[in-house]
Amino acid sequence: MSLLLELNEKATALGVPLGAHLDITWRCNERCVHCYLDHDQKGEMTTDEIRGVLRQLADSGTLFLAISGGEPLLRRDCFEILEYARSLRFNVKLKTNAVMIGEEQAARIRQLGIEQVQISVYSHLPEIHDAITKLPGSLRRTTEAIRRLRAHGVRVSITNVLMKHNYGNARGVKRLAEELGVQFVIDPTITPMLSGDRSIMSLGISGAQLEEVLHTEEFVGDVNEYCAPVSSAEEDVLDGYSCSAGHTLAYISPFGDVFPCVAFPMPCGNLRQQSFREIWWHSPALTELRSVRVRDLHTCSHCGHNSYCSRCPGLAYMEGDYRGPSSPDCEKSYARTGIPSAAQLRSGTHAPRAATGLVQIQGLQ
Amino acid sequence: MADIYISQSAEIAARTVGDETVIISTLDSTVFMLNSVGTAIWSAADGATPLSKIVEERVCPEFEVSPEQALEDAQEFVEKLASHGILQISGAPVSHGASL
Repeated sequence: MSLLLELNEKATALGVPLGAHLDITWRCNERCVHCYLDHDQKGEMTTDEIRGVLRQLADSGTLFLAISGGEPLLRRDCFEILEYARSLRFNVKLKTNAVMIGEEQAARIRQLGIEQVQISVYSHLPEIHDAITKLPGSLRRTTEAIRRLRAHGVRVSITNVLMKHNYGNARGVKRLAEELGVQFVIDPTITPMLSGDRSIMSLGISGAQLEEVLHTEEFVGDVNEYCAPVSSAEEDVLDGYSCSAGHTLAYISPFGDVFPCVAFPMPCGNLRQQSFREIWWHSPALTELRSVRVRDLHTCSHCGHNSYCSRCPGLAYMEGDYRGPSSPDCEKSYARTGIPSAAQLRSGTHAPRAATGLVQIQGLQ
Repeated sequence: MADIYISQSAEIAARTVGDETVIISTLDSTVFMLNSVGTAIWSAADGATPLSKIVEERVCPEFEVSPEQALEDAQEFVEKLASHGILQISGAPVSHGASL
């Protein structure tokens, strides 16, 4: 077992919030068509408030800290926050569009020992990337910033979110990542807006396109292995949790709201009214979430995909029930294996394939 | 043998979970996991306390080991961490740790 896996198991057993995602602003200089945030200023935490939150997270055992937004560099105190976080010995990842990272900022990021800078690149073609961000020149500025960061030895990861707008560009972005010497990650999931508005979900790629992506060696490695049907979960998986959200992971909004995860907007408390420890240990919402095991999931517990499904309880929550299935993950499992999930069989929402020859078989219930 | 002083490098991320400490080098992302004895030494690495005193006060009473053996093991341990750049060893007290 790897040391980090061992650490995660220990943190789960002890209830330690090993990872935290802190959005320091929701303001942004881009207006990405698929963004799940609104960008209104609603009273962001002050620098001192954020320093207090960071101290509380460190005291609670958080090691992995993602500083994000919005665009975090829009805050004038962004580097002050990063410096303070590093002085508390967090392992810090910075999520940014990088358009504000010049030479000075790139040098400072390196000096601070930021673990990784994570940047979304939607296309290698400026006309497509810029049309998604709605910021003219954004691909050029982002790419220039990545080169600066790399020149200073900063580790960078590019995420390519797949949408109808940029479908077919992933190979080009992967080539760009290789040329820049950075990690490449593909993400086929569009997240509903935290307000509950699901209209942006229509920007996502089709089931057939998802199937094509998940059957491309360049993106998933060994296709036969990646797409092979796997037997249902063993008892130990059924007794476990389907996700770290609320178990070892916490999300904090710029306004002090605590959720289990950025994609799981279930209110658990606010840091302007309660301490982090009070929320983490005593929030009724978190306590209830932690009581749910895989075997308690009303549909997914008897789904043939449950041993490897990446079921997101946050997406399920936004569909109305975090004990239920998350349809984007059902679609992913179906696209991978050609076998409908239990939820798809029940609702008849899977698009039939020409001839898969595969069915999901289960006993009477 | 002359006293040595140890201080934590600034080029790390670290947290103690339970009685163990995980340390990640920001230079190369190498992960180190310290057991309870290692954690006792690491958490006392303030640059001002001699290693012999750390061993005497933090290790020997807690872990029932002879002072000579404990100091020998501790020296080996800190040299190993220092070789990875996550701990600094000095022949004299260090007024403060490395700043970011």
